[in-house]
Amino acid sequence: MDDNLLLQVEDLHTRFHTPEGTVYAVNGISYRLHEGETLAVVGESGCGKSVSMMSILGLLPVPPAEIAGGRALYRGQDLLKMSESELERIRGKEIAMIFQDPMTSLNPVLTIGKQITESLHKHLGMNPTQATERAIELLDWVGIPDARRRLGDYPHQFSGGMRQRVMIAMQLACTPSILIADEPTTALDVTIQAQIVELVVRLRQQVGMAMIWITHDLGVVAGLADRVMVMYAGFVVEEAGVDDLYEDPRHPYTIALLAALPRVDRRRDRRLKSIPGAPPSLLVEPRGCPFAPRCEFAIERCFIDNPSLQPVAPRHRIACWVEIKTGGQR
Amino acid sequence: MSHSSEAAIALPQLKADELEAPPLSLRQLTWRRFRRHKMAIVGIVVIALLFLYSFGGALLVSEQYANYTDTAARLQPPSAAHPFGTDTVGRDILARTIYGGQISLLIGLTAMLVELLIGVLIGALAGYYGRWLDALLMRFTEAVFVIPQIFLLIVMAKFFSGKMPNITLLGRTLSGSVVVVILIIGATSWMYLARIVRAEFISIKEREFILAARAIGTPARQIILGHILPNCMAPIIVSATLSVAAAILSESYISFLGMGVQAPTATWGNMLDGAMNYIEEAPWYWFFPGLLIVLTVLSINFVGDGLRDALDPRSRAV
Repeated sequence: MDDNLLLQVEDLHTRFHTPEGTVYAVNGISYRLHEGETLAVVGESGCGKSVSMMSILGLLPVPPAEIAGGRALYRGQDLLKMSESELERIRGKEIAMIFQDPMTSLNPVLTIGKQITESLHKHLGMNPTQATERAIELLDWVGIPDARRRLGDYPHQFSGGMRQRVMIAMQLACTPSILIADEPTTALDVTIQAQIVELVVRLRQQVGMAMIWITHDLGVVAGLADRVMVMYAGFVVEEAGVDDLYEDPRHPYTIALLAALPRVDRRRDRRLKSIPGAPPSLLVEPRGCPFAPRCEFAIERCFIDNPSLQPVAPRHRIACWVEIKTGGQR
Repeated sequence: MSHSSEAAIALPQLKADELEAPPLSLRQLTWRRFRRHKMAIVGIVVIALLFLYSFGGALLVSEQYANYTDTAARLQPPSAAHPFGTDTVGRDILARTIYGGQISLLIGLTAMLVELLIGVLIGALAGYYGRWLDALLMRFTEAVFVIPQIFLLIVMAKFFSGKMPNITLLGRTLSGSVVVVILIIGATSWMYLARIVRAEFISIKEREFILAARAIGTPARQIILGHILPNCMAPIIVSATLSVAAAILSESYISFLGMGVQAPTATWGNMLDGAMNYIEEAPWYWFFPGLLIVLTVLSINFVGDGLRDALDPRSRAV
C-alpha cells in the first residue's frame, strides 16, 4: 500500500531560539500521507500544527527557527536537506499551502491576475497569454463570477470569502500533489466557511490531490478528512481514521476535545465541557507527558516518562500510558 | 412555506454591478486626495512652466548666444535688448537662465535617480536579508551620514573636477563636471532613503502575503522586486520628489562656491557665483537665477508634501 506514499515525515523537531529561551515547538512528530488522502491535523493554538507544516516547506525564518532533526521525504526526496532553490521548485508546483487569513495573505498592491499567473510563469513556463487564459479558468473554477474582468482587480475589491477563493486559485494554479490548508476557514464567517470547505472538497476530487487540513475545529474535520492527527504541545498524541477517532477516541486529550464540541444529538441544556488548565509552556524541554497536568486519568508515570505513539487498534495509534476503558496501564 | 404570500413580494433583483459598487483604485484615491492640496497643484503648474521655460526657451535662443561675451555690454541693467540684464562679461542673463535651467533640472532629476538606485538597493538588501548584511550596510550608511554632506560634496567636487572629458547630450556639449556633480550629489544623499526603504522592507517582509508568495515558490529576487518594493512605493516617491529639490540646491551650493559645474556651461547655481560681489550694484545679476532656484525648490517641495498626504494610507480623507 505504500506504493502511493507521497509524504513521509519522521521524527521532526523544530525549535525557536528566542531571547526568552528555546521554544520547543515541534517535538518529534511522524506521519505519512498517501496520494489522494486527506489528513487533518487538530490541536489548540500554539500546539505546533502550522510550524510543523512550515518546517517541511522551509518557510520558517532560520534563525530564530531551527529544524533540529528528522526527515521529510516527498516522493523519496528529503525536503529538509534541499537548498532554497530546490525548495522553490517544490513549493507551489508539488506542494502548495493556503493560509488562515485571506485578508492579509494577498499582496494589496498587485492585481489578482498578477498574483495567480506568477507561479504559472515560474513553474510551467507559460507565456503571458497562456497564463492569463489559465488564470481565468482557475478563477471560474473556484467560483469567481466574471473572471476575465476581475483579473485586473486588486485584493481590496474582493470580500473575505472571495479572497480565500483567489488564494486557493493562486495555490492550485500548478495543480500540486499536496495542498496544505492552514486553518483556511478560521477567519471567515460560518456560511462562507461551509462554501470554502465544499469548494476545496470538490477541487480535491477534480485535481486528485492529497491534502493536509490544519484546524482547531473538530466539527469541520468530520466531513472532510480520511485520517486525523491530534497534536498537543508539539507532540502527536493520537492518530486514527476519522470514524475511529470520533467513535472510539482513546487519548484523554482527544476525549476531552470531543466532549467540548457542541453536538446536535446531545441535550442542549447541558453545558459543554471545558478542559481545565492551560497548555504547557513550550519554553521548557518537555519531560513526561505534556498533557499530564490537565489529565484526569494521569498516573505517576505520566509525569516522568513521555509515552510514544503505540498502536491500540489497526491504524489507530495513541501516546498514553493509561488504558482508559479498563483503567489499566500499558 | 406558510409565508409564501410574503415571498411573492419579490425583492428587487440586483445586478452584480449594483451589489458591489466598484471601489476606487489606489491611483484614483491618490489623485482625489492630491487634488485637494491646492499648493501642490500650483507647484505642478509652476514646475511645468519652468520646464517649458528651460526647454522651450532653448528653441528661441541659441546656446552660442547664451555663452557669447560682449565686454562692451558689461553689467547692463535689464533693457529691451537684455530683459534680465547682463553679467560681468556681458553675457545675456535671460539666455543663460534658460540654458542653466536645463542643466539644473537635469542635475536634479538624474541625481535623484542615482540616489534612488543606491538608496533602494542598500535599503532593500539590508531590510530583506537582515542579520550581518543589515549590520554591515547600516553601519556603512551611518558612516556616510556622520560626514557633513556639504563637506563631502566640496571635497569630492574638488577631487574629481577637471578629470572628466566634455560630453555631448541632446545636441549640447556640456562640461564633464556636470556628470561629476550628478554622481557626487547622488552619492552623498541616499542615506535617508536607504533607511526608509530598510524600515519598510523589515515590516513588509513579515506580512502574510509574502509568506504566501514564498509558498508558491517565488524566488527571493522576485519577492524583493515584485512583491515588497511595490508596497513601499509611497515613501519612495515622496522621498524622490523632495530629493530633486535637494539636489538642485546642492548643485547651487557647490557651483556657487566655484567647485560645481564649470563655465561656460551655465547653471542657476554657478550664475550666482560671480554675482556675490555685485549684490548692490547689479541686483538683476543674482535676482533672476536666484528666483528660479527658489521657485523650483518651493514647487517641488509643495508637490512632495501633496504626494505625502495623498499616498499616506492613513489619511482617508476623500
